[in-house]
Amino acid sequence: MSRLPPQLWVGAGLSALFLTAALLSFLWTPYDVEVLNIASKLRPPSVEFWLGTDHFGRDMLSMLMVGARTSIAVAVIAVGIGICIGVPLGLAAAARRGSWLDELIMRGNDLIFAFPSLVIAILITATFGPSATNAILAIGIFNIPVFARVARGGAMSIWTLDFIMAARVSGKSITRISAEHILPNIANLLIVQGTIQFSLGILAEAGLSYVGLGAQPPTPSWGRMLADAQTMIYTTPRLAITPGLAIVMMVLGLNLMGDGLRDLLDPRIRRTRA
Amino acid sequence: MISIRNLSLSIHGSQILRDVDLEIAPGQVVGLVGESGSGKSMTALALMDLLPRGAKVAGEMDIDGAPLPHGDDKAMCALRGNRMSMIFQEPMSALNPVKTIGEQVAETLIIHGQAARAGAMEIAAQKLTRVGLPQDKFPLDRYPHELSGGQRQRVCIALAVALHPDLLIADEPTTALDVTTQAQILDLLKELVAEAQMGLLLITHDLAVVAGMADHVAVMKSGEIVEQGPTEALFRGMAHPYTRALFNASKHHPERTDKVTDAPLLQVTEAVRDYALPRTSLFGPAPKFRAVGGVSFTLKKGESLGLVGESGCGKSTLTRAILGLEPLQGGEILLNGQPVTPKMAPKRRAGLQVVFQDPYGSFNPRWTVERLVAEPFHLTGRPDDWRNRVRAVLDDVGLDADTMHRYPHEFSGGQRQRIAIARALILEPELLVLDEAVSALDVSVRAQILDLLADLQARRGLAYLFISHDLGVVRGITDRVLVMRAGEIVEQGDTRDVFSAPQHPYTNSLIGAAPVIPSAWQEAQDGQFMV
Repeated sequence: MSRLPPQLWVGAGLSALFLTAALLSFLWTPYDVEVLNIASKLRPPSVEFWLGTDHFGRDMLSMLMVGARTSIAVAVIAVGIGICIGVPLGLAAAARRGSWLDELIMRGNDLIFAFPSLVIAILITATFGPSATNAILAIGIFNIPVFARVARGGAMSIWTLDFIMAARVSGKSITRISAEHILPNIANLLIVQGTIQFSLGILAEAGLSYVGLGAQPPTPSWGRMLADAQTMIYTTPRLAITPGLAIVMMVLGLNLMGDGLRDLLDPRIRRTRA
Repeated sequence: MISIRNLSLSIHGSQILRDVDLEIAPGQVVGLVGESGSGKSMTALALMDLLPRGAKVAGEMDIDGAPLPHGDDKAMCALRGNRMSMIFQEPMSALNPVKTIGEQVAETLIIHGQAARAGAMEIAAQKLTRVGLPQDKFPLDRYPHELSGGQRQRVCIALAVALHPDLLIADEPTTALDVTTQAQILDLLKELVAEAQMGLLLITHDLAVVAGMADHVAVMKSGEIVEQGPTEALFRGMAHPYTRALFNASKHHPERTDKVTDAPLLQVTEAVRDYALPRTSLFGPAPKFRAVGGVSFTLKKGESLGLVGESGCGKSTLTRAILGLEPLQGGEILLNGQPVTPKMAPKRRAGLQVVFQDPYGSFNPRWTVERLVAEPFHLTGRPDDWRNRVRAVLDDVGLDADTMHRYPHEFSGGQRQRIAIARALILEPELLVLDEAVSALDVSVRAQILDLLADLQARRGLAYLFISHDLGVVRGITDRVLVMRAGEIVEQGDTRDVFSAPQHPYTNSLIGAAPVIPSAWQEAQDGQFMV
């Protein structure tokens, strides 16, 4: 097992920690986050409240756990949208390289790329109303061209190989070849890109929630915890630092995991390690 | 004078080279011959101190009596490109695509402090002219992609000899080139060696190339030099059985039984294939390039037909049309009297299958052999006994049934080519297209695959369309041959007639350019064999 890249261990560990916290929050949290308890507001970290309480007396640890759930759910679904729509588009573009379809897909991609993603996400959520669902859609749309481009690039290099020609001589259609031969061979690229987009999704969700366009009260979210804390940044910086650190650790963990996976799945690197 | 004594090398504990002795005198060409994995390139990298991590070297390597400063990277950098330089097999990847050829040649001069930029460019121009790239046709500001393979290799040579090195190492310098280009590059190297009195270490798998080039030949096998000596004496003597085996494999002609019938199998009539080039104006029609212009020939049942030509002559394009992967713009292709088109019925498509050149790219690395070989059943539907059929066809190509559950990377190049042949044969086609199917293989493996192909043809009455740039191979396995140039067939006829009395000047130049071992040296060999 020592052959696994070290950053994979650290990254996967951090990511798993937050995922476990999020899953655990469905079953149990130290305190109920929807109950305000002004009597115990702004308590510093103690045995009773591990990370202290906020200005409404809510337990910060419980808030972080439930907030992780929101962040991860938004990011997972947004990446899912990107993969489910982007990858088939990219595969189609690669299969019909140089055709009008390729042009249409890639220029469409460029169009989406040309807009600053967070600004458009704000526009979408502002137009259709702030909610976690709209945040998911807004972030997801900007994942589509990323995956389309990665899929197309990887697929094009596979299309030139002889085994694709052999499959065509066997009468297989381009759709079938894309599914059977191309997709499994670019899966490593997509997995790595997936972890990166996932971390960007976490950041984007935090950003949207921060400006009040993401998850709505009383659902806790890391971005909203930051926003709530900003008025008390000088008196109680702990309130901003805690969710801020959570975001940093989660994004760092995912990026490290992406790096590690890339090394692990790259057959050239794997060979020199072996 | 470069000398290597008792060079041994192990990488991560596995022995790569053992007790290699080699001397290269100024003005001398030393040929290092061997099959892939024999350690020839590692010998060169050991000299240059460019070995991969985990390498342990023992032995002495001297330049003019002084030991090479291996391990001292700064001292080695001063030597590399200056006193010892190297050219490689693939000139496209050996050159930086975003720098002009002038900059790349000048770079060596500037790095070694031999000239300032302006002066270096001037010397670069001289060097490029010397290697056959005159400034009026190939100015310094050309980029590698604007040149042909042979011209790129000339740039690499200019770069390597810019500082008059004592030693030039050429690692398979012409393997990626066409036969006529190969002859020109070899001539150039020979001239440069004589002119600059440098030593040339010529690494190649091709005995005929060293026969024509080298003064001294060393034959390498599994990390050891099994035999070395002056070229002529070595070829006449062939003291070591491996040298003889290599020699015999390189001119191997499989035993063939003729089963040619008169019934036509594949008829190509006036086939035309155009490609659209990138548009030059926004609304005008895209310009077209005619890759195949009016090709006609007939391939009879059971016949083996060769198609010879250099890269870019249109043979791959023609192959794709014959396989029914791309449409023709004119003419027609008939298989058993039925048209071959991209939309043809699966049953007709099952009648023709193909084996490709690259034994590594021919298989989806994530599939087992069983699944790979069974892929063509997509055309006919998988019969219930498909596993038995896969087993039978693997047996036919000389592979055990236990290969079925293994993955392609577990096999050697030759075994992979057998798997590719099995995949092509599973539907029992009448026509097998062999697209450079043995070009990437070592000579001994190539001989085995050629024997297998001859055997399969005799047993199954297959017809072959054998596409290759290698005249020797085509000569051994075909009944008739077509010579293709710039999209047209310039000559066709009986293989023996075409090779012994070529009619077209192009065929003549192709045959003339192919390196050969002088027949006088071989006679001595054959004579010895008969005794």
